Amino acid sequence: MTIAEAPAPPPEAVDDEPIVEVAAATPEFERAAAKAESRRGFLIALPAYGYLVLFFAIPLVIVAIYSFGTRNRFGDTELSGWNLDAYRKLTEPLLRDILFRSLWLAILTTVICLVVAYPFAYFLATRTPTIRNIMLVFVMIPFWSNFLVRNFAWRVILGTDGPLSTATSAVGLGDTRILFTPTAVVLGLVYGFLPFMILPLYAAIERIDLGLVEASRDLYASGWQTFRRVLLPLSMPGVIAGSILVFIPSLGAYVTPEILGGAKSTLLGSYIVTQFLTARNWPVGASLSFTLTVIMLFATILYFRKGGRTL
Amino acid sequence: MGTTVTDTAETEPPVSDDRPGESAVGIRGITKRFGDVVAVDDISLDIANGEFFALLGPSGCGKTTTLRMIAGLEFPTEGSLTIFGQEVGTLPPNKRPVNTVFQNYALFPHLDINDNVGFGLKMKKVKKQEIASRVDEALAMVRLTHMGKRRPTQLSGGQQQRIALARALVNRPKVLLLDEPLGALDLKLRQEMQSELKSLQRELGITFVFVTHDQEEALTMSDRIAVMDRGQLLQVDPPEAIYERPANRFVADFIGQTNLLEGTVQDATTVCLLNGARIPLESGLAVGTQVAVILRPERATIEPRDAATAGRSSVDGVIRSITYLGNAIVYRVGLDWMELDVREENRPDSHRLDVGEDVVVSWDDRAVAVVSE
Repeated sequence: MTIAEAPAPPPEAVDDEPIVEVAAATPEFERAAAKAESRRGFLIALPAYGYLVLFFAIPLVIVAIYSFGTRNRFGDTELSGWNLDAYRKLTEPLLRDILFRSLWLAILTTVICLVVAYPFAYFLATRTPTIRNIMLVFVMIPFWSNFLVRNFAWRVILGTDGPLSTATSAVGLGDTRILFTPTAVVLGLVYGFLPFMILPLYAAIERIDLGLVEASRDLYASGWQTFRRVLLPLSMPGVIAGSILVFIPSLGAYVTPEILGGAKSTLLGSYIVTQFLTARNWPVGASLSFTLTVIMLFATILYFRKGGRTL
Repeated sequence: MGTTVTDTAETEPPVSDDRPGESAVGIRGITKRFGDVVAVDDISLDIANGEFFALLGPSGCGKTTTLRMIAGLEFPTEGSLTIFGQEVGTLPPNKRPVNTVFQNYALFPHLDINDNVGFGLKMKKVKKQEIASRVDEALAMVRLTHMGKRRPTQLSGGQQQRIALARALVNRPKVLLLDEPLGALDLKLRQEMQSELKSLQRELGITFVFVTHDQEEALTMSDRIAVMDRGQLLQVDPPEAIYERPANRFVADFIGQTNLLEGTVQDATTVCLLNGARIPLESGLAVGTQVAVILRPERATIEPRDAATAGRSSVDGVIRSITYLGNAIVYRVGLDWMELDVREENRPDSHRLDVGEDVVVSWDDRAVAVVSE
């Protein structure tokens, strides 16, 4: 949004001027008003900008600098001889596997969230306001307790002697052993990020005039065709927003894979932590972090492009 | 206005292959309940093929619900609904040979005008080339030929309305349903669209079912009008009959301006008004029935009391207020037992009266009707 269309000059400023001069002077007043307006806007946004620069932009630059450094024998980082060694390491099979595994699980999580959340969001958006609000509160309830605690709860549920396993063996399906597998990680990620999919979808669907659905049905579209041709295109901003909000944290997830995933299936988040804390190879950790940030940046740009077009 | 009330049998549909005389829409004992609320209460109705049919009533009378049931957007709680003899009671909307022009047009904002108009044909798997030519045809019909590439939001309200019409008609529905299609337009545009809709309907011979709360619009456009109130059907008749011979008080009051003079039936040819005046009127009702005499403001004559013409049915009164309408002047006349409105055309020779003047309001005995309920 730009402030190109300047508001009319404040009337008190021109009150005493003769009419002829007012007409001549108007562009300058408009320019001045526009300037004042943008200055005010800047002042209002200043605290947020300051915070972001201090705690996001500057650290990101530091990470970028470190990613070009070299690890010396003592585990410290030398910044003098800039090189791309750390990035070269990203192409090694081990790291490539981790990267693809993380991408795959993040995509899987996003798709499952989308499939589960869409019908729910549609249902939510078509209820009466009272029911909507109650159900929205239910969606938010998980946020009231700690993320870590909730992940540990899943560990109990999925554990060898946990409720799930007990239930399946009681029915005669035998024990379930999904704890410490990628399945458990995806389960945990879907559970953790589902609200981030539901909320933007709900917001997008809620804005759609449901008369359009009726019009579509009236024009011979079946339920599926109506979804495909009307509902889905019109809710696309919500689909994209939700997907980004789920995909990005899933890709860099640390807590859930640590708690529910096995040692054999390391993901990006854990690997980065290991590089910084255990292996003390800061350049590799930094280069991986920075690559991740760039991927997410592109995803976000894509979202705004797409979102801007469909809105 | 000058609308001629065409007999439905005369307007033979040129495109329809259905048997003439068969009703386009048959409604038998339809009731629709939303929880405890009865929106439509046991109505039965036949809409003839090729007819321009209006459902008229105040908001909440059930007219839109009735239309939506024909469209398939609501299903009746009880009763039977047929379209050209086919029972459609619970058939989904996409399986019915009808299309709807929605009140707010409901154009798809993510599609351009061509895709909006071609939507129904695409869903019916019509070939691309045929879609293109039929869309062009439909756009030409509503005189918006070069708008195909635009988005709905780039059009004015009147243009959107026409696109909605084209989008429905391009599918050649057997029945076109219109839900207050002109409600959002301003007066001039509305009048223009009224005559356009009417001539389109004559040309195409498609049955139009039209919902409105605007009695003037219903009178102007329709072959027949169904007046509804609180879910019930009060009267189904051509406009003239609705206006001249309303079935009851509600219809009399809802259609046009009306003075209702309370009275009782004295004998076969006389009604006694509340003030004791006896007027000659054949009501066909039992002696002693409470009735209201319907005196339309434009059918009454107002004269100064000292210059009154004798020999007509009349009441005495005093002018309370005067409303100047431009083409007419409405005098509100106070009687000792009620007030009534008299409308005089604004002609240069008409004698202007003043507030407070003693007057006589008289009428031709053929100019009044009587209702009992």
